[in-house]
Amino acid sequence: MPEALTLALSLAGLAATLAAAVARPRWLPEAVVAVAAAAGLVAVGAVTVDRARQAAGHLAPTIGFLAALLLLADGCRRDGLFEALGDMMARGSRGRPRRLLALVFAVASSVTVVLGLDPTIVLLTPIVLATATRLRISPEPDVYATAHLANSASLLLPISNLTNLLVFTVTGLSFTRFAALMLLPTLAAIAVEWAVLTRFFAAELGRPPGHQAASAAPHLPRLALTVLGATLAGFLAGSLLGISPVWIAAAGATAITVPALVRRTATAGDVVRALQPSFLLFVLGLGVIVAAASDNGLATAVRMVLPGGTSLPALLGIAAISALLANLVNNLPAILIIAPIAAASGPAAVLAALIGVNVGPNLTYAGSLATLLWRRLLRADGTDVHLGEFTRLGAATVPAALAASTLMLWSGVRIGL
Amino acid sequence: MRALVWIVAETWQATVAGAATFLPAGADVTLLHVTASDAQTVARGARDALLGRPHRPAANSLDAISEQSARQLLADAQAALGREAVLDARCGRIEHEVIAAAGTADLILFARDKDHTHPGPRSLGPTARYVLDHAPRAVLLVWPDAPSA
Repeated sequence: MPEALTLALSLAGLAATLAAAVARPRWLPEAVVAVAAAAGLVAVGAVTVDRARQAAGHLAPTIGFLAALLLLADGCRRDGLFEALGDMMARGSRGRPRRLLALVFAVASSVTVVLGLDPTIVLLTPIVLATATRLRISPEPDVYATAHLANSASLLLPISNLTNLLVFTVTGLSFTRFAALMLLPTLAAIAVEWAVLTRFFAAELGRPPGHQAASAAPHLPRLALTVLGATLAGFLAGSLLGISPVWIAAAGATAITVPALVRRTATAGDVVRALQPSFLLFVLGLGVIVAAASDNGLATAVRMVLPGGTSLPALLGIAAISALLANLVNNLPAILIIAPIAAASGPAAVLAALIGVNVGPNLTYAGSLATLLWRRLLRADGTDVHLGEFTRLGAATVPAALAASTLMLWSGVRIGL
Repeated sequence: MRALVWIVAETWQATVAGAATFLPAGADVTLLHVTASDAQTVARGARDALLGRPHRPAANSLDAISEQSARQLLADAQAALGREAVLDARCGRIEHEVIAAAGTADLILFARDKDHTHPGPRSLGPTARYVLDHAPRAVLLVWPDAPSA
Protein backbone atom coordinates (compact mmCIF):
# COMPACT_ATOMS: atom_id res chain seq x y z
CA MET A 1 0.00 0.00 0.00
CA PRO A 2 1.45 3.44 -0.90
CA GLU A 3 2.58 5.55 2.07
CA ALA A 4 0.23 8.42 1.16
CA LEU A 5 -2.76 6.09 1.47
CA THR A 6 -1.62 4.54 4.76
CA LEU A 7 -0.96 8.03 6.14
CA ALA A 8 -4.43 9.13 5.06
CA LEU A 9 -5.96 6.06 6.73
CA SER A 10 -3.97 6.66 9.94
CA LEU A 11 -5.04 10.31 10.07
CA ALA A 12 -8.65 9.28 9.39
CA GLY A 13 -8.39 6.85 12.34
CA LEU A 14 -7.02 9.65 14.52
CA ALA A 15 -9.77 12.04 13.39
CA ALA A 16 -12.50 9.43 14.03
CA THR A 17 -11.14 8.74 17.53
CA LEU A 18 -10.92 12.42 18.42
CA ALA A 19 -14.37 13.06 16.93
CA ALA A 20 -15.87 10.27 19.05
CA ALA A 21 -14.09 11.61 22.15
CA VAL A 22 -15.50 15.10 21.57
CA ALA A 23 -19.00 14.23 20.34
CA ARG A 24 -19.45 11.40 22.88
CA PRO A 25 -22.23 9.48 21.15
CA ARG A 26 -23.90 7.22 23.73
CA TRP A 27 -23.86 4.21 21.41
CA LEU A 28 -20.19 4.49 20.47
CA PRO A 29 -17.69 5.03 23.32
CA GLU A 30 -14.45 6.68 22.23
CA ALA A 31 -12.41 3.78 23.64
CA VAL A 32 -14.19 1.42 21.22
CA VAL A 33 -13.42 3.77 18.30
CA ALA A 34 -9.77 4.09 19.38
CA VAL A 35 -9.25 0.34 19.71
CA ALA A 36 -11.22 -0.44 16.52
CA ALA A 37 -9.25 2.17 14.55
CA ALA A 38 -5.96 0.78 15.90
CA ALA A 39 -7.01 -2.78 15.02
CA GLY A 40 -8.18 -1.61 11.58
CA LEU A 41 -4.82 0.02 10.89
CA VAL A 42 -3.05 -3.22 11.81
CA ALA A 43 -5.49 -5.21 9.62
CA VAL A 44 -4.88 -3.08 6.49
CA GLY A 45 -1.12 -3.15 7.09
CA ALA A 46 -0.74 0.56 7.87
CA VAL A 47 1.14 -0.60 10.94
CA THR A 48 2.69 -4.03 11.47
CA VAL A 49 1.61 -6.27 14.32
CA ASP A 50 5.12 -6.03 15.77
CA ARG A 51 5.13 -2.22 15.64
CA ALA A 52 1.65 -2.05 17.21
CA ARG A 53 2.79 -4.43 19.93
CA GLN A 54 5.92 -2.32 20.47
CA ALA A 55 3.86 0.91 20.71
CA ALA A 56 1.38 -0.72 23.11
CA GLY A 57 4.19 -2.32 25.11
CA HIS A 58 5.92 1.02 25.39
CA LEU A 59 2.70 2.58 26.74
CA ALA A 60 1.82 -0.27 29.13
CA PRO A 61 3.95 0.90 32.12
CA THR A 62 2.63 4.45 31.61
CA ILE A 63 -0.93 3.16 31.69
CA GLY A 64 -0.19 1.21 34.87
CA PHE A 65 1.26 4.40 36.35
CA LEU A 66 -1.84 6.33 35.27
CA ALA A 67 -4.12 3.71 36.84
CA ALA A 68 -2.27 4.06 40.16
CA LEU A 69 -2.58 7.86 40.05
CA LEU A 70 -6.33 7.60 39.32
CA LEU A 71 -6.76 5.41 42.42
CA LEU A 72 -4.67 7.83 44.49
CA ALA A 73 -6.85 10.80 43.45
CA ASP A 74 -10.04 8.85 44.08
CA GLY A 75 -8.81 7.88 47.54
CA CYS A 76 -8.14 11.54 48.32
CA ARG A 77 -11.67 12.43 47.19
CA ARG A 78 -13.11 9.67 49.38
CA ASP A 79 -11.13 10.92 52.40
CA GLY A 80 -12.62 14.41 51.96
CA LEU A 81 -9.40 16.14 50.85
CA PHE A 82 -11.17 18.46 48.40
CA GLU A 83 -13.89 19.56 50.85
CA ALA A 84 -11.14 20.18 53.44
CA LEU A 85 -9.28 22.35 50.92
CA GLY A 86 -12.51 24.28 50.25
CA ASP A 87 -12.98 24.93 53.99
CA MET A 88 -9.35 25.97 54.31
CA MET A 89 -9.67 28.45 51.43
CA ALA A 90 -12.94 29.83 52.82
CA ARG A 91 -11.47 30.42 56.29
CA GLY A 92 -8.11 31.67 55.03
CA SER A 93 -9.63 34.20 52.63
CA ARG A 94 -11.55 36.06 55.38
CA GLY A 95 -14.05 36.88 52.65
CA ARG A 96 -11.54 38.97 50.68
CA PRO A 97 -11.63 38.31 46.92
CA ARG A 98 -7.88 38.80 46.39
CA ARG A 99 -6.93 36.59 49.33
CA LEU A 100 -9.27 33.90 48.05
CA LEU A 101 -7.69 34.08 44.59
CA ALA A 102 -4.21 33.74 46.13
CA LEU A 103 -5.36 30.64 48.05
CA VAL A 104 -7.02 29.22 44.92
CA PHE A 105 -3.69 29.71 43.11
CA ALA A 106 -1.82 27.84 45.87
CA VAL A 107 -4.36 25.02 46.12
CA ALA A 108 -5.02 24.54 42.38
CA SER A 109 -1.28 24.55 41.65
CA SER A 110 -0.53 22.09 44.46
CA VAL A 111 -3.36 19.70 43.54
CA THR A 112 -2.28 19.81 39.89
CA VAL A 113 1.38 19.18 40.73
CA VAL A 114 0.71 16.31 43.14
CA LEU A 115 -2.42 14.63 41.73
CA GLY A 116 -2.46 15.86 38.15
CA LEU A 117 -4.67 17.93 35.88
CA ASP A 118 -7.80 15.73 35.97
CA PRO A 119 -8.58 15.99 39.71
CA THR A 120 -8.13 19.77 39.54
CA ILE A 121 -10.73 20.05 36.76
CA VAL A 122 -13.15 17.36 37.87
CA LEU A 123 -12.96 17.48 41.67
CA LEU A 124 -11.50 20.85 42.68
CA THR A 125 -13.39 23.19 40.30
CA PRO A 126 -16.87 22.54 41.80
CA ILE A 127 -15.37 23.06 45.27
CA VAL A 128 -13.82 26.38 44.20
CA LEU A 129 -17.14 27.52 42.70
CA ALA A 130 -19.03 26.51 45.85
CA THR A 131 -16.45 28.20 48.11
CA ALA A 132 -16.61 31.54 46.27
CA THR A 133 -20.42 31.61 46.09
CA ARG A 134 -20.67 30.61 49.77
CA LEU A 135 -18.45 33.59 50.65
CA ARG A 136 -20.58 35.77 48.34
CA ILE A 137 -17.63 36.57 46.13
CA SER A 138 -17.85 36.58 42.31
CA PRO A 139 -16.51 33.14 41.35
CA GLU A 140 -15.22 34.04 37.86
CA PRO A 141 -11.59 34.88 38.77
CA ASP A 142 -11.29 31.73 40.90
CA VAL A 143 -12.87 29.37 38.36
CA TYR A 144 -10.82 30.82 35.48
CA ALA A 145 -7.69 30.49 37.64
CA THR A 146 -8.44 26.84 38.43
CA ALA A 147 -9.07 26.01 34.75
CA HIS A 148 -5.86 27.78 33.68
CA LEU A 149 -3.63 26.41 36.47
CA ALA A 150 -4.76 22.83 35.78
CA ASN A 151 -2.77 23.30 32.56
CA SER A 152 0.00 25.77 33.42
CA ALA A 153 0.95 24.27 36.81
CA SER A 154 1.05 20.76 35.33
CA LEU A 155 4.67 21.12 34.22
CA LEU A 156 6.46 20.32 37.46
CA LEU A 157 6.40 16.55 38.06
CA PRO A 158 6.17 13.56 35.71
CA ILE A 159 2.82 12.79 37.44
CA SER A 160 1.29 16.27 37.06
CA ASN A 161 -0.11 15.67 33.57
CA LEU A 162 -0.71 12.56 31.47
CA THR A 163 1.39 14.21 28.75
CA ASN A 164 4.37 14.29 31.15
CA LEU A 165 3.80 10.66 32.06
CA LEU A 166 3.64 9.64 28.38
CA VAL A 167 7.09 11.04 27.63
CA PHE A 168 8.80 10.66 31.00
CA THR A 169 10.72 7.56 29.93
CA VAL A 170 11.57 9.15 26.56
CA THR A 171 13.39 11.98 28.37
CA GLY A 172 15.67 9.51 30.16
CA LEU A 173 15.53 11.81 33.20
CA SER A 174 15.11 10.70 36.80
CA PHE A 175 12.01 11.88 38.71
CA THR A 176 13.99 14.48 40.67
CA ARG A 177 15.96 15.74 37.67
CA PHE A 178 12.70 16.19 35.73
CA ALA A 179 11.29 18.17 38.68
CA ALA A 180 14.49 20.23 39.06
CA LEU A 181 14.47 21.21 35.38
CA MET A 182 10.73 22.01 35.40
CA LEU A 183 10.69 23.97 38.71
CA LEU A 184 11.59 27.36 37.23
CA PRO A 185 9.34 26.93 34.15
CA THR A 186 6.39 26.05 36.42
CA LEU A 187 6.97 29.04 38.70
CA ALA A 188 7.27 31.29 35.65
CA ALA A 189 3.97 30.02 34.20
CA ILE A 190 2.17 30.51 37.54
CA ALA A 191 3.65 34.02 37.91
CA VAL A 192 2.40 34.99 34.43
CA GLU A 193 -1.08 33.64 35.27
CA TRP A 194 -1.15 35.70 38.50
CA ALA A 195 0.01 38.88 36.78
CA VAL A 196 -2.55 38.59 33.98
CA LEU A 197 -5.54 37.31 35.98
CA THR A 198 -5.24 39.94 38.73
CA ARG A 199 -5.20 42.68 36.06
CA PHE A 200 -7.99 41.10 34.04
CA PHE A 201 -10.29 40.73 37.05
CA ALA A 202 -9.28 43.97 38.81
CA ALA A 203 -12.94 45.01 39.19
CA GLU A 204 -14.03 41.77 40.89
CA LEU A 205 -10.91 41.62 43.09
CA GLY A 206 -11.26 45.23 44.23
CA ARG A 207 -14.73 44.74 45.68
CA PRO A 208 -15.33 44.85 49.43
CA PRO A 209 -15.10 41.58 51.41
CA GLY A 210 -17.95 39.10 51.16
CA HIS A 211 -19.14 36.87 54.01
CA GLN A 212 -16.79 35.48 56.61
CA ALA A 213 -16.77 31.70 56.65
CA ALA A 214 -18.38 30.07 59.68
CA SER A 215 -15.57 28.44 61.64
CA ALA A 216 -16.76 24.87 61.98
CA ALA A 217 -14.29 22.30 63.30
CA PRO A 218 -12.15 21.55 60.24
CA HIS A 219 -12.02 17.97 59.00
CA LEU A 220 -8.43 16.84 58.54
CA PRO A 221 -8.13 14.16 55.83
CA ARG A 222 -5.33 12.33 57.66
CA LEU A 223 -5.12 9.25 55.45
CA ALA A 224 -5.01 11.27 52.21
CA LEU A 225 -2.37 13.69 53.52
CA THR A 226 -0.22 10.90 54.97
CA VAL A 227 -0.34 8.79 51.82
CA LEU A 228 0.29 11.78 49.54
CA GLY A 229 3.22 12.94 51.68
CA ALA A 230 4.72 9.45 51.82
CA THR A 231 4.22 8.93 48.06
CA LEU A 232 5.94 12.22 47.20
CA ALA A 233 8.81 11.43 49.57
CA GLY A 234 8.93 7.97 47.98
CA PHE A 235 9.24 9.48 44.48
CA LEU A 236 12.22 11.56 45.60
CA ALA A 237 13.89 8.76 47.58
CA GLY A 238 13.14 6.19 44.84
CA SER A 239 14.81 8.49 42.34
CA LEU A 240 18.04 8.38 44.38
CA LEU A 241 17.83 4.64 45.04
CA GLY A 242 16.92 3.77 41.44
CA ILE A 243 13.41 2.47 42.21
CA SER A 244 11.00 3.06 39.32
CA PRO A 245 8.34 5.68 40.29
CA VAL A 246 5.55 3.44 38.98
CA TRP A 247 6.11 1.13 41.99
CA ILE A 248 5.97 4.07 44.40
CA ALA A 249 2.67 5.18 42.81
CA ALA A 250 1.33 1.62 43.04
CA ALA A 251 2.28 1.50 46.75
CA GLY A 252 0.50 4.83 47.34
CA ALA A 253 -2.61 3.63 45.47
CA THR A 254 -2.63 0.43 47.53
CA ALA A 255 -2.14 2.29 50.82
CA ILE A 256 -5.15 4.54 50.16
CA THR A 257 -7.45 1.95 48.52
CA VAL A 258 -7.04 -1.16 50.69
CA PRO A 259 -8.14 0.52 53.98
CA ALA A 260 -11.31 1.77 52.19
CA LEU A 261 -12.06 -1.75 50.94
CA VAL A 262 -11.46 -3.20 54.41
CA ARG A 263 -13.66 -0.56 56.09
CA ARG A 264 -16.18 -0.96 53.28
CA THR A 265 -16.21 2.75 52.49
CA ALA A 266 -15.54 1.65 48.90
CA THR A 267 -16.63 -1.45 46.97
CA ALA A 268 -14.63 -3.35 44.37
CA GLY A 269 -16.96 -1.80 41.78
CA ASP A 270 -16.04 1.72 42.98
CA VAL A 271 -12.35 0.88 42.59
CA VAL A 272 -12.85 -0.45 39.05
CA ARG A 273 -14.83 2.68 38.13
CA ALA A 274 -12.08 4.89 39.60
CA LEU A 275 -9.58 3.06 37.39
CA GLN A 276 -11.53 4.29 34.33
CA PRO A 277 -10.75 1.20 32.19
CA SER A 278 -12.27 2.80 29.08
CA PHE A 279 -9.88 5.74 29.44
CA LEU A 280 -6.87 3.44 29.77
CA LEU A 281 -7.98 1.62 26.60
CA PHE A 282 -8.51 4.95 24.83
CA VAL A 283 -4.91 6.00 25.59
CA LEU A 284 -3.59 2.63 24.42
CA GLY A 285 -5.55 2.80 21.13
CA LEU A 286 -4.50 6.40 20.59
CA GLY A 287 -0.84 5.39 21.05
CA VAL A 288 -1.07 2.76 18.30
CA ILE A 289 -2.93 5.12 15.93
CA VAL A 290 -0.35 7.88 16.41
CA ALA A 291 2.48 5.36 15.89
CA ALA A 292 0.87 4.36 12.57
CA ALA A 293 0.49 7.99 11.46
CA SER A 294 4.06 8.84 12.55
CA ASP A 295 5.58 5.84 10.75
CA ASN A 296 3.70 6.62 7.55
CA GLY A 297 4.99 10.12 7.00
CA LEU A 298 3.62 12.31 9.81
CA ALA A 299 6.96 12.07 11.66
CA THR A 300 8.82 13.16 8.53
CA ALA A 301 6.49 16.13 8.11
CA VAL A 302 6.84 17.18 11.76
CA ARG A 303 10.63 16.73 11.59
CA MET A 304 10.69 19.24 8.75
CA VAL A 305 9.02 22.00 10.79
CA LEU A 306 10.33 21.19 14.29
CA PRO A 307 13.60 23.01 15.07
CA GLY A 308 16.54 20.79 16.06
CA GLY A 309 18.99 21.45 18.90
CA THR A 310 18.48 23.06 22.29
CA SER A 311 19.38 26.70 21.67
CA LEU A 312 16.90 29.22 23.07
CA PRO A 313 15.30 29.94 19.66
CA ALA A 314 15.02 26.18 18.98
CA LEU A 315 13.35 25.53 22.35
CA LEU A 316 10.98 28.47 21.83
CA GLY A 317 10.12 27.11 18.37
CA ILE A 318 9.46 23.61 19.75
CA ALA A 319 7.23 25.03 22.51
CA ALA A 320 5.28 27.19 20.05
CA ILE A 321 4.73 24.40 17.50
CA SER A 322 3.72 21.99 20.28
CA ALA A 323 1.23 24.55 21.65
CA LEU A 324 -0.22 25.04 18.19
CA LEU A 325 -0.58 21.30 17.60
CA ALA A 326 -2.17 20.84 21.06
CA ASN A 327 -4.78 23.41 20.08
CA LEU A 328 -5.44 21.67 16.78
CA VAL A 329 -5.65 18.02 17.84
CA ASN A 330 -5.68 18.08 21.68
CA ASN A 331 -2.57 17.66 23.82
CA LEU A 332 -2.44 13.85 24.11
CA PRO A 333 -1.99 13.11 20.37
CA ALA A 334 0.19 16.24 20.07
CA ILE A 335 2.79 15.03 22.57
CA LEU A 336 2.69 11.46 21.18
CA ILE A 337 3.49 12.88 17.74
CA ILE A 338 6.20 15.37 18.79
CA ALA A 339 8.04 13.66 21.68
CA PRO A 340 9.87 10.93 19.69
CA ILE A 341 11.13 13.56 17.22
CA ALA A 342 12.11 16.09 19.90
CA ALA A 343 13.88 13.32 21.83
CA ALA A 344 16.58 13.24 19.13
CA SER A 345 17.70 16.68 20.38
CA GLY A 346 17.82 15.57 24.01
CA PRO A 347 15.66 15.92 27.14
CA ALA A 348 15.51 19.74 27.07
CA ALA A 349 13.74 19.60 23.69
CA VAL A 350 11.17 17.11 25.03
CA LEU A 351 10.58 19.34 28.06
CA ALA A 352 10.08 22.34 25.74
CA ALA A 353 7.48 20.28 23.84
CA LEU A 354 5.78 19.54 27.18
CA ILE A 355 5.69 23.25 28.02
CA GLY A 356 3.93 23.76 24.67
CA VAL A 357 1.33 21.01 25.00
CA ASN A 358 0.63 21.71 28.71
CA VAL A 359 0.40 25.52 28.69
CA GLY A 360 -0.88 25.81 25.10
CA PRO A 361 -4.42 24.47 25.68
CA ASN A 362 -5.30 27.64 27.61
CA LEU A 363 -5.18 29.49 24.30
CA THR A 364 -8.49 28.30 22.92
CA TYR A 365 -11.64 27.56 24.83
CA ALA A 366 -11.80 23.93 26.03
CA GLY A 367 -8.17 23.42 25.14
CA SER A 368 -8.65 22.33 21.60
CA LEU A 369 -9.82 23.85 18.37
CA ALA A 370 -11.24 20.48 17.39
CA THR A 371 -13.30 20.45 20.58
CA LEU A 372 -14.59 23.92 19.92
CA LEU A 373 -15.56 23.21 16.33
CA TRP A 374 -17.27 19.97 17.17
CA ARG A 375 -19.20 21.44 20.06
CA ARG A 376 -20.35 24.25 17.83
CA LEU A 377 -21.32 21.96 15.00
CA LEU A 378 -23.01 19.22 16.95
CA ARG A 379 -24.41 20.75 20.09
CA ALA A 380 -24.87 24.44 19.61
CA ASP A 381 -26.29 24.81 23.11
CA GLY A 382 -26.61 28.43 24.19
CA THR A 383 -24.05 28.18 26.99
CA ASP A 384 -21.11 28.18 24.61
CA VAL A 385 -21.55 31.65 23.21
CA HIS A 386 -19.45 33.67 25.67
CA LEU A 387 -16.08 32.56 24.41
CA GLY A 388 -14.65 36.03 24.05
CA GLU A 389 -13.48 36.42 27.64
CA PHE A 390 -11.77 33.02 27.85
CA THR A 391 -10.08 33.53 24.50
CA ARG A 392 -8.90 37.03 25.41
CA LEU A 393 -7.52 35.70 28.69
CA GLY A 394 -5.81 32.86 26.82
CA ALA A 395 -4.29 35.27 24.31
CA ALA A 396 -2.96 37.37 27.20
CA THR A 397 -1.45 34.49 29.20
CA VAL A 398 -0.35 31.71 26.83
CA PRO A 399 2.31 33.43 24.67
CA ALA A 400 3.83 35.12 27.75
CA ALA A 401 3.75 31.91 29.82
CA LEU A 402 5.24 29.86 26.96
CA ALA A 403 8.06 32.36 26.49
CA ALA A 404 8.77 32.77 30.22
CA SER A 405 8.67 29.03 30.96
CA THR A 406 10.87 28.14 27.97
CA LEU A 407 13.36 30.87 28.92
CA MET A 408 13.50 29.42 32.44
CA LEU A 409 13.99 25.90 31.05
CA TRP A 410 16.85 27.09 28.86
CA SER A 411 18.41 28.97 31.81
CA GLY A 412 18.06 25.90 34.03
CA VAL A 413 19.82 23.73 31.46
CA ARG A 414 22.55 26.36 31.04
CA ILE A 415 23.30 26.57 34.77
CA GLY A 416 23.38 22.78 34.92
CA LEU A 417 20.26 21.99 36.97
CA MET B 1 -43.48 53.32 41.07
CA ARG B 2 -41.68 50.17 39.94
CA ALA B 3 -38.13 49.76 41.18
CA LEU B 4 -35.57 47.17 40.11
CA VAL B 5 -32.92 46.50 42.76
CA TRP B 6 -29.94 44.71 41.23
CA ILE B 7 -28.27 42.61 43.92
CA VAL B 8 -24.59 41.59 43.59
CA ALA B 9 -23.05 39.12 46.06
CA GLU B 10 -20.30 41.34 47.48
CA THR B 11 -22.36 44.55 47.77
CA TRP B 12 -25.88 43.35 48.53
CA GLN B 13 -26.12 44.85 52.01
CA ALA B 14 -25.36 48.39 50.85
CA THR B 15 -27.78 47.99 47.94
CA VAL B 16 -30.58 46.77 50.20
CA ALA B 17 -29.86 49.55 52.69
CA GLY B 18 -30.11 52.06 49.83
CA ALA B 19 -33.43 50.54 48.75
CA ALA B 20 -34.79 50.74 52.32
CA THR B 21 -33.77 54.41 52.61
CA PHE B 22 -34.70 55.84 49.23
CA LEU B 23 -37.59 53.80 47.81
CA PRO B 24 -41.07 55.09 48.68
CA ALA B 25 -43.21 52.80 50.83
CA GLY B 26 -45.68 52.10 48.02
CA ALA B 27 -43.06 51.14 45.40
CA ASP B 28 -43.26 47.74 43.67
CA VAL B 29 -39.83 46.29 44.31
CA THR B 30 -38.13 43.56 42.30
CA LEU B 31 -34.88 42.11 43.67
CA LEU B 32 -32.76 40.84 40.79
CA HIS B 33 -29.69 38.62 40.86
CA VAL B 34 -27.87 37.47 37.73
CA THR B 35 -25.49 34.52 37.83
CA ALA B 36 -22.82 34.99 35.18
CA SER B 37 -22.80 31.90 32.99
CA ASP B 38 -19.07 32.32 32.32
CA ALA B 39 -17.81 30.37 35.33
CA GLN B 40 -19.98 27.34 34.54
CA THR B 41 -19.12 27.51 30.85
CA VAL B 42 -15.40 27.57 31.62
CA ALA B 43 -15.64 24.75 34.17
CA ARG B 44 -17.68 22.61 31.77
CA GLY B 45 -15.41 23.40 28.82
CA ALA B 46 -12.30 22.43 30.78
CA ARG B 47 -13.97 19.14 31.66
CA ASP B 48 -14.97 18.49 28.06
CA ALA B 49 -11.35 19.00 26.96
CA LEU B 50 -10.32 15.95 29.02
CA LEU B 51 -10.73 13.60 26.09
CA GLY B 52 -11.39 9.94 26.72
CA ARG B 53 -12.34 10.25 30.39
CA PRO B 54 -15.68 8.73 31.36
CA HIS B 55 -18.35 11.36 32.04
CA ARG B 56 -19.99 10.75 35.36
CA PRO B 57 -22.51 13.18 36.77
CA ALA B 58 -20.70 15.35 39.32
CA ALA B 59 -21.91 14.88 42.89
CA ASN B 60 -22.60 18.59 43.20
CA SER B 61 -23.51 19.92 39.80
CA LEU B 62 -22.13 23.33 38.94
CA ASP B 63 -25.57 24.74 38.09
CA ALA B 64 -27.06 23.52 41.36
CA ILE B 65 -24.30 25.24 43.36
CA SER B 66 -24.93 28.58 41.63
CA GLU B 67 -28.73 28.32 41.75
CA GLN B 68 -28.80 27.55 45.43
CA SER B 69 -26.46 30.40 46.33
CA ALA B 70 -28.47 32.86 44.19
CA ARG B 71 -31.74 31.83 45.87
CA GLN B 72 -30.17 32.17 49.31
CA LEU B 73 -28.75 35.61 48.47
CA LEU B 74 -32.14 36.91 47.26
CA ALA B 75 -33.87 35.49 50.34
CA ASP B 76 -31.34 37.21 52.62
CA ALA B 77 -31.77 40.47 50.70
CA GLN B 78 -35.54 40.35 51.04
CA ALA B 79 -35.31 39.57 54.75
CA ALA B 80 -32.97 42.55 55.22
CA LEU B 81 -35.28 44.80 53.19
CA GLY B 82 -38.20 43.70 55.33
CA ARG B 83 -40.95 44.27 52.76
CA GLU B 84 -42.75 42.56 49.88
CA ALA B 85 -40.61 42.10 46.80
CA VAL B 86 -40.59 40.01 43.64
CA LEU B 87 -37.46 37.81 43.53
CA ASP B 88 -35.94 37.40 40.08
CA ALA B 89 -32.96 35.01 39.69
CA ARG B 90 -31.47 34.93 36.21
CA CYS B 91 -28.46 33.41 34.51
CA GLY B 92 -26.53 34.77 31.54
CA ARG B 93 -24.51 37.80 30.49
CA ILE B 94 -24.97 40.03 33.56
CA GLU B 95 -25.28 43.48 31.97
CA HIS B 96 -27.67 42.26 29.26
CA GLU B 97 -29.89 40.48 31.76
CA VAL B 98 -30.08 43.55 34.02
CA ILE B 99 -31.13 45.80 31.15
CA ALA B 100 -33.64 43.17 29.96
CA ALA B 101 -35.07 42.91 33.49
CA ALA B 102 -35.30 46.71 33.77
CA GLY B 103 -38.11 46.61 31.16
CA THR B 104 -40.78 49.00 32.38
CA ALA B 105 -39.17 49.80 35.77
CA ASP B 106 -39.05 53.49 36.67
CA LEU B 107 -35.81 53.16 38.57
CA ILE B 108 -32.78 50.83 38.73
CA LEU B 109 -30.88 50.78 42.00
CA PHE B 110 -27.43 49.20 42.22
CA ALA B 111 -23.98 49.57 43.77
CA ARG B 112 -20.70 50.72 42.26
CA ASP B 113 -18.68 47.62 41.42
CA LYS B 114 -15.00 48.53 41.19
CA ASP B 115 -12.73 50.81 43.24
CA HIS B 116 -14.93 51.52 46.24
CA THR B 117 -12.30 53.57 48.10
CA HIS B 118 -12.11 56.67 45.87
CA PRO B 119 -14.82 58.65 44.06
CA GLY B 120 -14.29 58.81 40.32
CA PRO B 121 -14.75 56.91 37.07
CA ARG B 122 -12.70 53.94 38.38
CA SER B 123 -15.46 53.19 40.87
CA LEU B 124 -17.44 51.65 38.00
CA GLY B 125 -16.32 48.41 36.37
CA PRO B 126 -17.38 47.47 32.82
CA THR B 127 -20.59 45.71 33.95
CA ALA B 128 -21.97 48.54 36.08
CA ARG B 129 -20.82 51.05 33.46
CA TYR B 130 -22.82 49.21 30.80
CA VAL B 131 -25.96 49.18 32.96
CA LEU B 132 -25.54 52.88 33.76
CA ASP B 133 -25.07 53.76 30.10
CA HIS B 134 -27.97 51.63 28.84
CA ALA B 135 -30.49 52.16 31.64
CA PRO B 136 -33.84 53.13 30.04
CA ARG B 137 -35.00 55.24 33.02
CA ALA B 138 -33.64 56.73 36.25
CA VAL B 139 -30.68 55.20 38.06
CA LEU B 140 -29.82 55.29 41.76
CA LEU B 141 -26.20 54.38 42.41
CA VAL B 142 -25.00 53.60 45.94
CA TRP B 143 -21.51 53.21 47.43
CA PRO B 144 -20.85 49.67 48.59
CA ASP B 145 -19.11 50.64 51.85
CA ALA B 146 -21.47 53.35 53.05
CA PRO B 147 -24.80 51.81 53.97
CA SER B 148 -27.15 54.77 54.05
CA ALA B 149 -29.52 53.26 56.58
